[in-house]
Amino acid sequence: MPENTSEERRQLLRMWGAEIYSSPAAGGSNEAVRVAKQMAAEHPDWVMLYQYGNEANALAHEEGTGPEILADLPSITHFVAGLGTTGTLMGVGRFFRSAKPEVRIVAAEPRYGELVYGLRNLDEGFVPELYDAGLIDSRFSVGPRDAVRRVRELLELEGIFAGISTGAILHAALGQAAKAVKAGEPADIAFVVADGGWKYLSTGAYEGTVDEAEDRLEGQLWA
Amino acid sequence: MAIEVRIPTILRTYTGGEKSVTGEGASLSALIDSLEADHPGIKERLIDDGDLRRFVNIYVNDEDVRFLGGLEAPLSDGDQVVVLPAVAGG
Repeated sequence: MPENTSEERRQLLRMWGAEIYSSPAAGGSNEAVRVAKQMAAEHPDWVMLYQYGNEANALAHEEGTGPEILADLPSITHFVAGLGTTGTLMGVGRFFRSAKPEVRIVAAEPRYGELVYGLRNLDEGFVPELYDAGLIDSRFSVGPRDAVRRVRELLELEGIFAGISTGAILHAALGQAAKAVKAGEPADIAFVVADGGWKYLSTGAYEGTVDEAEDRLEGQLWA
Repeated sequence: MAIEVRIPTILRTYTGGEKSVTGEGASLSALIDSLEADHPGIKERLIDDGDLRRFVNIYVNDEDVRFLGGLEAPLSDGDQVVVLPAVAGG
């Protein structure tokens, strides 16, 4: 794990028996993936599940999440989810491309502070092996300020205590809703609440002003 | 037509350390040509073989340009353009 992930996530993994190797914060998740692949190569008897490239990740959403959403919301017009491993969007996107192709698939990706993008060169960038741009229709980058503002609205207006990345996803979903209103078109938008807020309390995103929360999230991997 | 472009740390060697620069153009392609005129060398870091580099993401008003027409994505006065390296998330 990158060393700039929340303490709660580390404690949870240790609770389940994991031994955590920390990769430098400056390399973000790219560096964590590189280190994990190297460790797997050095230990052929270990198993690396590899969520960024394991087809079972996307398949779980193609066979599970997608059909569940369509059953519960047959009138769905847009599906919005976070873009991380890309598994949720790829799986649900593939399902709707065949089951109801007119559904727009919208990705929301977190935009972090500068430290997280501190690569030595651009060729160190990373695109998950699972990612197929043909399965999504739009992709939005959402910064910490909008994510925090929205995750707090979700708590205040709906009583839902979600993780910070859910705020980013909600922000993209509301953007789609505003577009539909402007165009005078009806829309039934489903978005994914990927995580509870408990794992991110120590980031400081849930108290103080939005400005203070934004400052505290600088350099942290909050999604 | 002035368009603000946010530059990632890794490319600031081309902008004299500036985090944000201003360019012009009615399309992303024209904007990148305008940046190249002021900051020589930056175009080659963004474009390879006539297309955006694989590990470069560019957003216009927070939307990924690959879904807005790529290099032909239209731009208007006051648009905000952000350049970011592709990183792992989730």
